[in-house]
Amino acid sequence: MRLGLDAHRRLTLVATCTVAVILAIMPFPAWAEPFRPDWVGLVLIYWCLAMPERFSVGTGWLLGFIQDVLYGSLLGSNALGKTLLAFLTVRLHLQLRMFPRWQQAVSIFGLLIVNQLLVLWIRGAIGQAPDTFIYWTPSVVGALLWPWLFVILRDLRRRGGLT
Amino acid sequence: MINVFGRSVGTPSNFTRLILLSALSVALMILDHRGHHLEKIRAGLNVLAYPIQLIASVPAYVGGSIGDFFTTRGTLRQDNEKLLAERQGLNAKVQQFDALEEENARLRRMLGSAAQVADKVLAAELVEVSSEPFTRKIVVAKGSRDGVYVGQSVIDAHGIMGQVTQVASQVSRVTLITDAGHAIPVLDNRSGLRMLVFGTGDPDTLKVPYLTSASDIKEGDLLVSSGMGGTFPPGYPVAQVRRIVNDPNEAFLAITAKPAAQLNHGKQVMLIWRGTPPKSGASAK
Repeated sequence: MRLGLDAHRRLTLVATCTVAVILAIMPFPAWAEPFRPDWVGLVLIYWCLAMPERFSVGTGWLLGFIQDVLYGSLLGSNALGKTLLAFLTVRLHLQLRMFPRWQQAVSIFGLLIVNQLLVLWIRGAIGQAPDTFIYWTPSVVGALLWPWLFVILRDLRRRGGLT
Repeated sequence: MINVFGRSVGTPSNFTRLILLSALSVALMILDHRGHHLEKIRAGLNVLAYPIQLIASVPAYVGGSIGDFFTTRGTLRQDNEKLLAERQGLNAKVQQFDALEEENARLRRMLGSAAQVADKVLAAELVEVSSEPFTRKIVVAKGSRDGVYVGQSVIDAHGIMGQVTQVASQVSRVTLITDAGHAIPVLDNRSGLRMLVFGTGDPDTLKVPYLTSASDIKEGDLLVSSGMGGTFPPGYPVAQVRRIVNDPNEAFLAITAKPAAQLNHGKQVMLIWRGTPPKSGASAK
């Protein structure tokens, strides 16, 4: 982001991240709440895959930190999860790019689970772990949405002139 | 640029950054959890977060407005009738309430204990944003400039909802009694048995641990706040016992309860300021 991108290109990045953050706190009806995917995580993964040289650990931390502030959760918990998520994605980006879409979705599922597991541990350590299996549904939904999200974000990236 | 082991030092590698940022996150977490050193910083950050929360709440707000706009006359009339009937019932109760309050004060004076003063209540609108997945928290549109403080009790028309855990100038965050990290001291209204009610993270379930099969508790019992610990005011409904399972293999009963307050409905909550008891109860908040 800081490597001299002009305003128009930067707008695409900032806009997608902002939308993801807003989607993360937008109210759903109570029954749909457990099915909300981790929008911020998904968008982060996409940009880390597409432009790992500009979008990586630091941005992941920042996004996680923003999430922490908006959620009122323990400051640093989501930041740590997103940092690790970004790191793993950047580390694996060459393989992940080569995968067919469904296989990519499976790998993304693994990454999202790692992120959730880390956050679960942290919440367990301060005695606030939810004791339901429904806790993992956001990762499942995220992986199922991935192929479509990938297409949408790729389109936005090309329109935004980010190659 | 200097090369150290084949890496340029000017730009740290992703791994270095991972380590540094992880350390920073852990430090933040410890500061936030252990010492509550970050209250000021968090309050400032919450002010910055407020616009984003407002934007996120717009669709729900617009949806609600559209819903209100298309409410039929029939529904409105029905609502009105229901409310009038309800008001009549409440008025009848209030007539007794004045007399009872007077009697209660007299009795308390005779006992020499602190008189219970009516609590001050302020209605607060909900800001329609979701909290972190699988936590039970809500944001209300009243903050420190309205006198809201951390630890304040929040109720709705049916019972206790939770307590204020973070305060910014215009908004504050309320942890509901169903949050996995929350516990509230209660009494069984029938038997007077004291216990703790824990949240589970499930929006509709509370659990009551640490009671043995000899305890005097039945399904359907109303649990009211006991006021112990000084955070919650005594005498407000908290939950109703839903199911008691006595597994002989377990040391304690497995008891689930249903919150009395309607935690998922409504757009308004009420913040309570405890009436300050005169003279003798100086230590009470």
